[in-house]
Amino acid sequence: MSGTTMRGWLLDPAPHSRRQARFGRWYRAWLSFQSNSLAMAGLLIVASLVLIAIAAPLLADPNAATLQNLAQRLQPSSAAHWFGTDELGRDVFARVVFGSRITLTIVALVSAIVVPVGLGIGLPAGYFGGSIDAVLMRLTDIFLAFPRLVLALAFAAALGPGIENAVIAIALTAWPPYARLARAETLTRRNAEFVQAAVLQGASHASILARQIVPLCLSSVLIRLTLDMAGIIITAAGLGFLGLGAQPPAPEWGAMVASGRQVLLTQWWVATIPGIAIFITSVGFNLLGDGLRDVSDSRSA
Amino acid sequence: MLGIGRSILNTLVSVVLTFLGLTIVTFFIGRIIPIDPVLAIVGPKASVETYDRVRIEIGLDQPVPVQYWRYLTKVLHGDFGTSVITSQPVLQDMLHVFPATLELAFLALAIGVVLGVPLGVVAATQRGRWPDHVVRLLSLFGYSMPVFWLGLIGLLLFYAKLGWVEGPGRLDVSYDDIVPAVTGMITVDALLAGEYEVFANALSHLILPASILGYLSLAYVARMTRSFMLGQLRQEYVLAAMAKGLSGFRVVWVHALGNVWVQLITVIALTFGSLLEGAVLTETVFSWPGLGLYMKNSLFNADLNAVLGGTVLVGLVYIVLNMLSDLLYPLVDPRARDRK
Repeated sequence: MSGTTMRGWLLDPAPHSRRQARFGRWYRAWLSFQSNSLAMAGLLIVASLVLIAIAAPLLADPNAATLQNLAQRLQPSSAAHWFGTDELGRDVFARVVFGSRITLTIVALVSAIVVPVGLGIGLPAGYFGGSIDAVLMRLTDIFLAFPRLVLALAFAAALGPGIENAVIAIALTAWPPYARLARAETLTRRNAEFVQAAVLQGASHASILARQIVPLCLSSVLIRLTLDMAGIIITAAGLGFLGLGAQPPAPEWGAMVASGRQVLLTQWWVATIPGIAIFITSVGFNLLGDGLRDVSDSRSA
Repeated sequence: MLGIGRSILNTLVSVVLTFLGLTIVTFFIGRIIPIDPVLAIVGPKASVETYDRVRIEIGLDQPVPVQYWRYLTKVLHGDFGTSVITSQPVLQDMLHVFPATLELAFLALAIGVVLGVPLGVVAATQRGRWPDHVVRLLSLFGYSMPVFWLGLIGLLLFYAKLGWVEGPGRLDVSYDDIVPAVTGMITVDALLAGEYEVFANALSHLILPASILGYLSLAYVARMTRSFMLGQLRQEYVLAAMAKGLSGFRVVWVHALGNVWVQLITVIALTFGSLLEGAVLTETVFSWPGLGLYMKNSLFNADLNAVLGGTVLVGLVYIVLNMLSDLLYPLVDPRARDRK
């Protein structure tokens, strides 16, 4: 199949199969996304981050990220150390590169908790309504009114510092918007004809929720998730900065900024460069999220 | 008027429930801590009898709901226990440090609103042109910025390199203890006492952390103002007012912005809450002796009473702010009165 007919097949106004219709819809969304240069910049940043995380051992020596070499401490940028070295003589470039793995791990773990919990609370609330809805949404509102970083701080204090506990602490305060979103999406669809058809065919509530409603919620959940990523990354880095996230010698960006604080006035790069990494990553996720939201808005409008 | 009564009742119920939820969470955090609270009091060498006696004294032999009830009663009486570090009641400690945080957050909020609202309005009226792009980029950078990092860069640039502002802390040592603490906010106290030199020094310490926190709220306020204003400018009354011959300036800044204030109240309330949170990191960077630094220091000295006390206090401020914006909403917007 050549390029032009492939495009024609995708943009066919009268698709012949469900598969063709779905691919066509995705292709149109992609075309509209592609025309937004800021969104493409965001995609580029996020894709680069993922590539850097995967290819980290090829880009930098894994040992250089944690190996102390006091003879080489606080060296400025050079051919051997592109971003200089930190107060223990570790290569800042290698640490930033390997730090991307920690950041992505945190983001993935938080998403893996937040989405199922949000759906698990929002779907039944919207689908069954009544007192189930009232109780579940009260619970959501309670968690929504909690101060995120402070609660994460209290949790990290009780459970002890570490990545896992930072993830739990962030997830605990990040799920309520997903529950609200899932509830809203379910409410608009619970009386739809395809749901009634499934009921008439004898489908159980669980099966209707899982097969009919969840797939329709997923796109808005994913967009919301992309928009939340920056906040999650910044909160995680903040916990790391306070010493409550990943523990030394792990190259976590927030913790790296904290360790560079002592030498800020003389060796600025130690604290500055990991901060730039956090900033660029957040900008990337924000741009990508904004772009995805614009695409989905123009489709629903 | 019945609508207002019901919505006030509704808000109060949700405030009480949220507060109960908050205390349940802090109660459980207090229980799941891996340190044995009895051992922390009696020490590892205590005999079994002493251990058991203390265990009963602090009520750990009681069922969980009873323990929670005791905890809640204490919290409601302002009893958060004693701080391990300062050996003083946590509430007293918090009241001592809180004004420093409020001083920081108030100025930051003022910066955020005074600059953020006009920027948002300009962006909306100039939609798609360069002022809009500048404001959107400024916002984007604001909510993508790790505040602790921005604080360090600010110190490096404006304190160390340029010398425009004073460094960490609230006051130079030589100015300590000159003005009596009335409000606890040094800038206000200095003005009340007429000590303008102290005021200038305190302000010079305050301005950088406040601007950095203020930038974060500016980003959010400008973004929300822009989107609210875009909603207003599409309305027909704007066209009608223009057609009547009112100046564009008047229509935008008086009519449209006047309608947007209602929604902005909620945004500003939420911003203030997030400023209190951002204060934890900013205060750490600037050695600002407020609630955030107090909580952070308590954290690393395993002073759980102090950390949980701070969590309840910040949570309470959050809840109250949410309540106020919920209550103000129907008062200023007649349309919200009869909803539901």
